[in-house]
Amino acid sequence: MSSANTAHSVVAPSDTSKRVAGTIVIVYALITLIPLVWIFLTSIKSPPDSISYPPKIVFTPTLEGYCNLFTTRTRQTPDYIAALPEPTSTCDEVTRKRNMVIAGPSNFLPRFVNSLVIAFGSTFLAVFLGTLAAYGFSRFKVPLADDLLFFILSTRMMPPIAVAIPIYLMYRELGLSDTALGMILLYTAVNVSLAVWLLKGFIDEIPREYEEAAMIDGYTRLQAFRKVVLPQATTGIAATAIFCLIFAWNEYAFAALLTSGQAQTAPPFIPTIIGEGGQDWPAVAAGTTIFLVPILVFTILLRKQLLRGITFGAVRK
Amino acid sequence: MAEIRIENLRKEFADFVAVQDSSFVVNDGEFLALLGPSGCGKTTTLRMIAGLELPTSGKIYLDGEDVTFNRASARDIAFVFQLFALYPHMNVRKNIGFPLLSQGMPRAEIRERVEETARLLQISHILDRSVSGLAGGDRQRVALGRAIVRRPKCFLMDEPLGTLDAEFREVMVHELRELHNRVHATTVYVTHDQHEAMAMADKIAVMNHGVIEQFGTPQEIYRKPASMYVADFIGSPPMNFMRFTSSLRKGASSISLNGVDVIVPEIHQDTEERELALGVRPEHIRFSDASPLRGAVYGSEYLGTNQVVAIETGNGLIKARVPANRNFQIGETVGLEFTPANLALFDCKSGRAVASSLYSGGQHG
Repeated sequence: MSSANTAHSVVAPSDTSKRVAGTIVIVYALITLIPLVWIFLTSIKSPPDSISYPPKIVFTPTLEGYCNLFTTRTRQTPDYIAALPEPTSTCDEVTRKRNMVIAGPSNFLPRFVNSLVIAFGSTFLAVFLGTLAAYGFSRFKVPLADDLLFFILSTRMMPPIAVAIPIYLMYRELGLSDTALGMILLYTAVNVSLAVWLLKGFIDEIPREYEEAAMIDGYTRLQAFRKVVLPQATTGIAATAIFCLIFAWNEYAFAALLTSGQAQTAPPFIPTIIGEGGQDWPAVAAGTTIFLVPILVFTILLRKQLLRGITFGAVRK
Repeated sequence: MAEIRIENLRKEFADFVAVQDSSFVVNDGEFLALLGPSGCGKTTTLRMIAGLELPTSGKIYLDGEDVTFNRASARDIAFVFQLFALYPHMNVRKNIGFPLLSQGMPRAEIRERVEETARLLQISHILDRSVSGLAGGDRQRVALGRAIVRRPKCFLMDEPLGTLDAEFREVMVHELRELHNRVHATTVYVTHDQHEAMAMADKIAVMNHGVIEQFGTPQEIYRKPASMYVADFIGSPPMNFMRFTSSLRKGASSISLNGVDVIVPEIHQDTEERELALGVRPEHIRFSDASPLRGAVYGSEYLGTNQVVAIETGNGLIKARVPANRNFQIGETVGLEFTPANLALFDCKSGRAVASSLYSGGQHG
């Protein structure tokens, strides 16, 4: 494999050019990482530290932001707090210092679970439908195939906000507003166009002979698709899944408009976290940090496929 | 194993006719080569037998059963693709065992059959390798293994040697023929290479523009070409055509070429005056100073055991394959003599052969 790849570069890169390229990449990586690092640092600052100016680089880390993210609290008198039994958790301790006691869990966890259900659900549906549609467009004579493909792509040309209000009205009539099902359907509809187009390219690259061979080997077309085409399309499917997931996970406009209660996702929820005396920045940063984790894990797990997916077509076998 | 019977098979793609009403029979255990240039319909014919294309009209019988509209998986045939189509996500063992898996065969039996097949093809040592790292010849053997492991009714091969280099191709031609002799499977083999077809096939179907020009044994195809196309396609250098205008009389056994009488096999049909061509294979030309048929040497090509000499005659440029022991000067005048029993006559307009004892007689030179 590696020998095949190196065979493509005509001239071996010199040490100097490698060093220059390496430096550029590292500097660029640092620049892009700074906001993320800053968010993480903010999440472990205390509220006063988070808004101090000039910003504090050196501070005492605290879990207060995370405690505030996951709980709701009520203010009590110092006498009341002193009379309470020993604190049972770090969060108890942290909140009591601010003259507060934990009243119960916040809405963050259910919102986060909503995000997981809606993003993964819609990604699965979009990739599933997209794979079947792409296979159909790739292998069969579909009447008006080009027009249909353009139509499918055109559904993505309008910015979400432009169609949000009609969809809001439609969803209200259909009883889909503020439901997880409604959001899954909506994100699937948006993502399926991307999935069809991306996957059609991948499936076009898989020679038909494989399926023909499988059909001659005694398999039906569906079995051939499952046993021969799908395994070879995994790269494309993984890349497509990541793109779909990133969209569904980060989507804000539809979510803000169409969900408000039980189906609300994390993106519209996080900015609404209010603490004592205004925005609770450490809690917001903590929410953002946690929000980043699933997509990060998913991307790292599939990074090989993603990389091959993005550079797909650049290196011929 | 089975007989393949094709009746009036026709395939149209939009307004292009790929295969025109072909009929032929491949007997049980026979090796048929479909030979022709690219785009002649040979692969389409093969794909219809396989069930990968559906014919526009006509019938396909496999072992007496009408399979014309059966799906490929229901035909019990094996197909070797030009690019092998080995499943890249499986190793060699799984590739060969894949057709057996579809039949629900127990794993132990699959293992046994795969190993038996691997022994036959001498690829036992690569069974657990990934197919992506294999050399061309081994890929070829794995593809063959996947075909023979099922013991299907027949084998269909679509230019399976097309991607191999010339040297290795010859080795594989022998291997394939030997394999066929051992397993005796009815085989249809598509190729554009006349050497492959001649070396391996029991029967050859020469195709052109979707039409089977001639169907016969390699000897028949070579010695008794049914048309100018076949005569020109087979043989290297191909058959010479010496054009002349004349009428033919039934029963005659000579023609007049530029006033010189040439003895030919007895003619079996009358024709009016028209443009004809005398077909002469290069190896059926001898030099004879006494012959009244004259020509001037145009050039020669030394091939070691013999040489091919191009001669300008009153009826066009012809090539003769003669012993290498004589040197020719360019421009030298030579006398030409043909072996009468091997001469063919063609009607230039239709391109078809004129009936003569060359075609009806069983015996020939």
